[in-house]
Amino acid sequence: MGSINLKQVTKSFGDVNVIKPLDLAIKNGEFIVFVGPSGCGKSTLLRMIAGLEDTTSGTIEIDGQDATNMPPAQRGLAMVFQSYALYPHMSVRANIAFPLKRAKVDPKVIDEKIAAAAKILNLTDYLDRKPGQLSGGQRQRVAIGRAIVRQPSAFLFDEPLSNLDASLRVNMRLEISELHKSLATTMIYVTHDQVEAMTMADRIAVFNGGIIEQVGTPMELYQKPINRFVAGFIGSPKMNFIDVSPKHGDPTHSLGVRPEHLKVTTEKGLWRGTVGVVEHLGSETFLHVNVEGVGTLTIKDHGDCTLQYGDTVNLTAPKNKILHFDANGQTIASLSWQ
Amino acid sequence: MNKQNSQASKLIYTLLAWIIGGLIFFPIFWTLLTSFKTEAEAISASPSLFMFDWTLQNYIDVLARSPYFDHFWNSVVISFGSSLVGLLIAVPAAWSMAFVQNKRTKNLLMWMLSTKMLPPVGVLVPIYLLFRDFGLLDTQLGLVIVMTLINLPIMVWMLYTYFKEIPNEILEAARMDGASIGEEIFHVLLPIALPGIASTLLLNIILAWNEAFWTLILTAANAAPLTAFIASYSSPEGLFYAKLSAASAMAIAPILILGWFSQKQLVRGLSFGAVK
Repeated sequence: MGSINLKQVTKSFGDVNVIKPLDLAIKNGEFIVFVGPSGCGKSTLLRMIAGLEDTTSGTIEIDGQDATNMPPAQRGLAMVFQSYALYPHMSVRANIAFPLKRAKVDPKVIDEKIAAAAKILNLTDYLDRKPGQLSGGQRQRVAIGRAIVRQPSAFLFDEPLSNLDASLRVNMRLEISELHKSLATTMIYVTHDQVEAMTMADRIAVFNGGIIEQVGTPMELYQKPINRFVAGFIGSPKMNFIDVSPKHGDPTHSLGVRPEHLKVTTEKGLWRGTVGVVEHLGSETFLHVNVEGVGTLTIKDHGDCTLQYGDTVNLTAPKNKILHFDANGQTIASLSWQ
Repeated sequence: MNKQNSQASKLIYTLLAWIIGGLIFFPIFWTLLTSFKTEAEAISASPSLFMFDWTLQNYIDVLARSPYFDHFWNSVVISFGSSLVGLLIAVPAAWSMAFVQNKRTKNLLMWMLSTKMLPPVGVLVPIYLLFRDFGLLDTQLGLVIVMTLINLPIMVWMLYTYFKEIPNEILEAARMDGASIGEEIFHVLLPIALPGIASTLLLNIILAWNEAFWTLILTAANAAPLTAFIASYSSPEGLFYAKLSAASAMAIAPILILGWFSQKQLVRGLSFGAVK
């Protein structure tokens, strides 16, 4: 089991409301990612679920039981921290055994569980080393190992890959996804990296200023963001926003076009501009085109694009890929998702 | 040019360090020398540095005159006892101040430290009366209590600074792993903070060992530590410099040896976090 229900949960530090009344139902076995900019409250909410922060009001239910005031250890959850939070004076073996020893598990069983976790995480050869003798990726695997052996009802990950270098991050991302598939346990994963969110999640919750802007599958958020914030946050490079003056009968205040949907055309197109910086990534090219009266638009073109700085280009986009936002930044469904 | 400049400044700093070190060490060195002189040479108007008749007579006289080992034992009990008891109180106090902070924690810490700025003589009468009424005068227990209380603010402050350097996430991980507060402190916090704890302990042993004000006032014969033993050589008949020096040398020798062997630990502990 591993269902978690948040009902009207809030958190305040003094007069500052970090989490405004919030409802969220996390299903058993689900991989949900909390994503949002720094200070949006995503880590605070995770810590509240873990029991490391008090809940100001509302209820946190774990497997149908009210866990709002339960101490962390009794919630049956395991947490992996950004800084790994390994016990530096203990060997890898002792680190992984620590939660089991606290639970007074039989030493024989502890040994078996350590061996099994070490096998899953490729740590068998490192069991007698201290955390200081391990690389960042190995340390994070030890932290995951320490979480696995407890067989928790849900795993909580607090930006676990932020301290790793780019290539290691991609590997660990895959490892965590594979782990989720093999364990089929609920995972709540906090990150500010929308690529991690898109690639790992069953569902993503996009946070902003202490509220959840939208919850949905990665493709739902990508294709049908409910407002400008979600549209801008999900997708890389960021969506282009073009302010327009509202016409009679059309409430559109701005348009949103993803860089991959903007095309360079020889025909008249929707916009005309001058190519600025050209970023060649090999498999694709990012063009930054300066359009008068609009600003800079980013275009994701194919890898062998030959356009150069200073070229004049016409740009267009399929009508059904252009999002319309009203004065409040909300997506106008009738105009956007035709 | 730059290289020459930096070498010259290095030389000046090294020289300065040696001069300051020499100035600090000179009284101890002079005491040691005097302890091997005769009383006449010790008070000579033109004292000689090394060219005198070396003698061990002062040490023999001092050992014959007073029970050095009794005083030594009292010093050990008082300094180690008060430091250990202090640690038992200071660890949980520093833990709560470092990890369960509230708005008033900083003020509380400052207030605790400010008690060290109060001249001890200001609380002399109440403490003396309390000791008299509780039968603690001239007892090891009384001295352990008073030394613990005197050094507690420094212990809490030092441990607080060490604990602050330990990431809260490690303790939170222990909490998630099912550790009680006691297990969190014993299995996680203390082993990680061991260098800091060791230097806190060492510094407090040294402070308690050298403390003279309270030991002279609150002890007579039974619980008198080495500081009282040195003071006993200032008698109405006059000062016997050579014997006083021999007594001083014997009193400071144990702590000097302890300090010498633990200096690495002490320096590491005292500069813990300063270069993070």
